[in-house]
Amino acid sequence: MELVKPAFGLIFWMCVSFGLILFILKKFAWTPILNMLHEREESIQNALDSAEKAKEEMKALQSNNEKILADARTERDLLLKDARDIREKMISDAKGIASKEGERMLTIARENIQNEKMAAITELKNQVATLSIEIAEKILKSELSSDEKQKTLVNTLLKDVNLN
Amino acid sequence: MTNNNNIFKPFSVSLFLFFASLFISSAIYAYDPDNKSTEKQAVGAAKESASEDKKFNAGELIINHITDSHEWHVMGEGEHAIALPLPVIIYSSETGLTAFLSNKLEDGEVYKGFKLIKNDIVAVDGEGQLDEKASAKLWDFSITKNVASLMVSIFLMLWMFLSVAKAYARNPGKAPKGMQSLLEPLIIFVRDDIAKSSIGEKKYKRYLPFLLTVFFFIWINNLMGLIPFLPGGANVTGNIAIGLTLAVIVFVITVISANKNYWRHIIAMPGVPIGVLVLLTPIEIFGMFLKPFVLMIRLFANMLAGHIIALSFFSLIFIFAEMNTAVGWGVSIFSVAFTIFMGMLELLVAFLQAYVFTLLAAMYFGTAVEEHHHAEEHH
Repeated sequence: MELVKPAFGLIFWMCVSFGLILFILKKFAWTPILNMLHEREESIQNALDSAEKAKEEMKALQSNNEKILADARTERDLLLKDARDIREKMISDAKGIASKEGERMLTIARENIQNEKMAAITELKNQVATLSIEIAEKILKSELSSDEKQKTLVNTLLKDVNLN
Repeated sequence: MTNNNNIFKPFSVSLFLFFASLFISSAIYAYDPDNKSTEKQAVGAAKESASEDKKFNAGELIINHITDSHEWHVMGEGEHAIALPLPVIIYSSETGLTAFLSNKLEDGEVYKGFKLIKNDIVAVDGEGQLDEKASAKLWDFSITKNVASLMVSIFLMLWMFLSVAKAYARNPGKAPKGMQSLLEPLIIFVRDDIAKSSIGEKKYKRYLPFLLTVFFFIWINNLMGLIPFLPGGANVTGNIAIGLTLAVIVFVITVISANKNYWRHIIAMPGVPIGVLVLLTPIEIFGMFLKPFVLMIRLFANMLAGHIIALSFFSLIFIFAEMNTAVGWGVSIFSVAFTIFMGMLELLVAFLQAYVFTLLAAMYFGTAVEEHHHAEEHH
């Protein structure tokens, strides 16, 4: 029975020493240790959180960069397209002007040719008339150079009148 | 629901341990009466002739080692025993406070009207006869072996934790070093897996210093008990007074911090008809006291059993050596092997008992401060 009979002295000293150690450890060990642990856990958590945040920021930055790059690319394409359009327009414009000018010049040339042709024809006609008159003069001269020939002519002419 | 499951697991483990310890301790008690009779025989034999070879008595040896004593036995036997005398402090309403070293009472001598009979200090009259009336009035505040061991372990704890606290203050926010890294996981274990999970996030902080102190107090005293020589070797946590004191403190804290919900569940369990309440309420009230009582018995029986088993294996050597020296040597191999094995097991048990005691204490606090909505979940 000695084993299960609690001794008064031991209980007394146990209360004293346990109370003492509880008080001292609570004040000088547990409170600072637990506070420090809590602080450290928080700082680790904060560090992890900020790392995560930095990662996200980096990601955002990267996607932003990509967006800027894409924007730049589309702008470049746009510029190129514009330039191409302008070039084409210029070429087509130039082509239009040139063909018009050509046309105009052709028309002028054609007109000139016509004019020249008409002038040439008129001159030719005049020449032909002059020549005809001269020829006629010469013929008349030759025809009317002798009496015989005049008679023949009159006869011929009279024959024609008869026919009428 | 997961919380419930969490609680249940360690609880079933502790239940198993409790029954295991009951089994072991019942085996000890079965052994006990036998001890008593052999003890008496041995004492009688010793009185008859001191010169005669004293027979080895395992029961006596074990009982002497596991009970408290007024001297700290180091080595040797009988006349040649070397023991550290410890202060005896006696208070009596008649003679007041008396203090002297225990070696004054060696071999049944009378000193200042006191005498030591089987570890108990009693008052004697002028003729050296036992004065029962005066003895009943004695208050024994002696620094016994267990008290001295208690103080050693308390100084050890103070040194450990104050130096660790200083280390935390010296390099705040840095990685732990040395002793810090040994104790930090344990402190975090008690905080997260015992206090937080059993009491709850909101209220665990109030109980944490007590739980940490209890955990390390039991664990370190258990470990000190495993050291077979002077600073250790005392059966502190295997003494019922220690378990009793701790259990009473747990009980007092539980009752003081208990809220309305806790008392309502004990006095009138909600949702239970009156007819059943007549039966249930006494059981609940009985259970209130039973819980700390079980805490006490579990710690006491487990640690006591460990000491007894280790000593029994050693005693086997001498029991066999008495029959035949060669057999004694032969048995010693197995005994030492078994004692090493038991020592390993005891290392585990030392930690486990500290864990179980702390966990159950935390669970009792947890039920005491449980809020209403949480209680509904269990029904």
